[in-house]
Amino acid sequence: MDFFDNHKRLFRSALALFLGLTFVVAILPAINNQRNNAPLPGSAPMTENEHAGKRSFIANGCVACHTQQVRNVDMDNVFGDRPGIPADYAHNTRQDIWRNTATLMGTERTGPDLTNVGKRQPSMAWNLLHLYQPRAVVAKSVMPAYPWLFKVKKNVDSTDVEITVPDEYRKGVNGSIVATQEALDLVAYLQSLKQTPLPTGKKPMEFLYKKELPKVAKSGEAAELPDGGKLYVSNCQACHQANGEGLKGAFPSLVGSKIVLDDDIELFVDIIMNGYNAREEYAVMNAVGTDNNLTPEEVTAIINHERTSWGNNAEPVSLGDVRRIMEFLELTTKK
Amino acid sequence: MEETSIFSQAGIMITIFLIAVPVVIATIIAVMRGRGVLKDYQQQKEFNKFRERLNKMTPEEVEALEQRKAELEYQLENNELSGKESPKDSRGLIDNVTTAEELRFIELKKKSIPRPYVEPGLTKLILWYLATSIFWLVLGTTIGEYLGIKFVAPDVDHVSWLSFGRLRPVHTNMVFWGWASLAMVGLAYYVVQRVSNVPIHNLKTGFYSLILINASVVIGSICLMAGINNGGGEYREYIWPVMALFGVGIFISLMNFWKTIAARKNKEIYVSNWYIIAAMMYVLVIAFVAYWPTWQSGLGETIVQGYYMHQGVGMWFMLLTLGLMYYFLPQQLNKPIYSYSLGILAFWTQILFYTVIGTHHFIFSAIPWWLQTVAIVGSMGMVIPVIAGTTNFLMTFKGSWNKISSSYTLPFYLIGIIFYFTGSLQGTAEAFRFTNLVWHFTDFTVAHSHLTMYGIITFMLWGFIYTLVPRLTGKEPPQITVGAHFWLALIGLMFYSVPLMYGSTLRGLMWMDLKPFMDSVEMMAPYWLWRAIGGSLMWLSHLLFAYNFYVMVKKKNRVSVPTSAIEILKVKEQLSKNINN
Repeated sequence: MDFFDNHKRLFRSALALFLGLTFVVAILPAINNQRNNAPLPGSAPMTENEHAGKRSFIANGCVACHTQQVRNVDMDNVFGDRPGIPADYAHNTRQDIWRNTATLMGTERTGPDLTNVGKRQPSMAWNLLHLYQPRAVVAKSVMPAYPWLFKVKKNVDSTDVEITVPDEYRKGVNGSIVATQEALDLVAYLQSLKQTPLPTGKKPMEFLYKKELPKVAKSGEAAELPDGGKLYVSNCQACHQANGEGLKGAFPSLVGSKIVLDDDIELFVDIIMNGYNAREEYAVMNAVGTDNNLTPEEVTAIINHERTSWGNNAEPVSLGDVRRIMEFLELTTKK
Repeated sequence: MEETSIFSQAGIMITIFLIAVPVVIATIIAVMRGRGVLKDYQQQKEFNKFRERLNKMTPEEVEALEQRKAELEYQLENNELSGKESPKDSRGLIDNVTTAEELRFIELKKKSIPRPYVEPGLTKLILWYLATSIFWLVLGTTIGEYLGIKFVAPDVDHVSWLSFGRLRPVHTNMVFWGWASLAMVGLAYYVVQRVSNVPIHNLKTGFYSLILINASVVIGSICLMAGINNGGGEYREYIWPVMALFGVGIFISLMNFWKTIAARKNKEIYVSNWYIIAAMMYVLVIAFVAYWPTWQSGLGETIVQGYYMHQGVGMWFMLLTLGLMYYFLPQQLNKPIYSYSLGILAFWTQILFYTVIGTHHFIFSAIPWWLQTVAIVGSMGMVIPVIAGTTNFLMTFKGSWNKISSSYTLPFYLIGIIFYFTGSLQGTAEAFRFTNLVWHFTDFTVAHSHLTMYGIITFMLWGFIYTLVPRLTGKEPPQITVGAHFWLALIGLMFYSVPLMYGSTLRGLMWMDLKPFMDSVEMMAPYWLWRAIGGSLMWLSHLLFAYNFYVMVKKKNRVSVPTSAIEILKVKEQLSKNINN
């Protein structure tokens, strides 16, 4: 056949076929997708500091291990309240003439997804220490440490943000460890990562492949409560640690803690739901319960886990009490 | 961390160690070479003395030697039973006769057949391509090995330029654009001119292309380590000015090949050249679409990323390597390809289906659902070219399976073909929505990309290099190190990928069970260790490969002084002949 023996016709046809397909599956959808997209009302563009933090996130290749996309599958529910939609990425545009847009959706979750990390882990102190040495707060972490984002100083100024590092991770360091502007920017960026709620009236996409919860026979209240140990790992352990002892100078110990063991649990529930900042020697605690939409069942399970673990030995509390306190707190905080 | 000494950091020490290994090996080689030269010189001197002694030999001495020779050579006639007619093999049909006279640890494999004339200029060009590509293979996998170690020991170093996030793209891009691309283009320089029956259009521009591609890998790697990258898309981490160097390099070679084919002596265009030219045109289109700096801004980037990363694999590496396979496999088996038409079917279906599957990396994400479905359908369609290709290669093998055991190149081909089948179909399986649910975002993807880029592309390229280089230089690699290379690479790849796939499946299931995330990290630890072990074996095999290449290119024949009576007489005879002439 002449077609196969004529190199010009053969190669040009192959090129034309490929170009045609490229237009249909890549170029046209891409243009269409970026034109018909607008940010959600209520989402704020990034501040200058957050922008600088994002640049540092990109330069250090964090996207190699952290995704930023919540898929519409049930297992991604832990990383966001609703599946991601194109509008969530509408604030992302090309960085400059040299570098492409960074939506940072990612393809690997060696570490957790960061779409909503600003809400899940808002603590400044935790984030800085975690950057300096991840294993100081999460023992089994394999994340790289970023000590070059910190300086060692003999005399700390009032403007410096000093971090408290456990002794075993500050060997050979004489002086105070202080965050650089880049570290502060990076944390500002991480804290800015939050899902914007959809405008009222819009229903989010559903999460697919829901896990069927095993049906437990109703044999009393305790059987209906979720696993407090697991909830502790997901919500509390990052700061208070697996042994409940926290970290000296950063996160208080729950072992033998008066608040944890007290018969009156109102303050305890209040702290879980709304955070705590009454003690100078420790970092500020964020409103973990409210941020993560913990239900009364979950809060009860966590409280009972903390009251009965690591040598703590207090009476379990009832779901009814917790629910009453939470309703009361909700009323008072709304006013 | 100003107060601590940089050399007390474990990472620095390990880096130094990793750099030191090749240096030490290079030193050993250098010392051995130096000793060789010295030895040659001494032997030569000794030989001269020996020659003088030969000339001054008394007749008695000669007689004594003659007598000893006759004694040594005494044997039975051996024709007591067969008679005096000697057997003849006037057509040279008996070849590679193996005998069992001594204990054989390594079976003697067939030597490569000397080829008709290859221009010395072309040989030089191809060897340069291959030498630089092997340099990037060794360096790139050294970095990969180090990254694997970081999963087991995350605190080995605290140096920004060596941190995981920066080094990972250095590894991937270096083996993509440095190793595989350079090796492919280098081998294509042989195939294109050979099947066109004309010399390469212009050898000089081939060197420009070589320099540009190497420059892009050098500059790109430094940029990435310094924190200058394109913003996240995998294999698109080099910024566009760096990638432009690569693109121009490929364009120059493409023009060179195009003009060579245009001047071909035979009427038809052999199918290898279809694949090679198409791959080179497509990689330019892909890079252009993905990198052109004025058109993407926003979420479109993600769709283009899906397109780019998959076309890079399927339309560049796979297509070009298949093109080379259509030349080298029939050539190695000394018979035509089983079906030319199947090759053509595979060509067009590969283009049609492969182009649309890119988006399967973003299933369940915020890009259009219909595009995701098209990608899944396209992934199913890939079964056609994969089966067509595999059938074609295996049917070509049919009837020649016995050749595998007597060849040191064919095992590489066979493993490559097997991985072509399993690796590609595994990709299809991964694109189903449910398997995607379990495996997506886990290390399964990493295992898959090694099974394909390493199992298919790299094994095939090794086979081609071991086939071609002895033909160009006339020197064979030592069989034992070729065998060690093959087995270490294969076993290493298995240790690398199988535990990783098993562990990631468990990990995906843990996520679906809504277990705490850190539990899944802890669970992976042993599988990450296995990955590092497998990676070490693979890395070791690359050192052997580099050594084999060195032998094929540079090995010298040494002078030796005869010792036995027979040899001495032979030399004396030759000497006297020379004098008489």
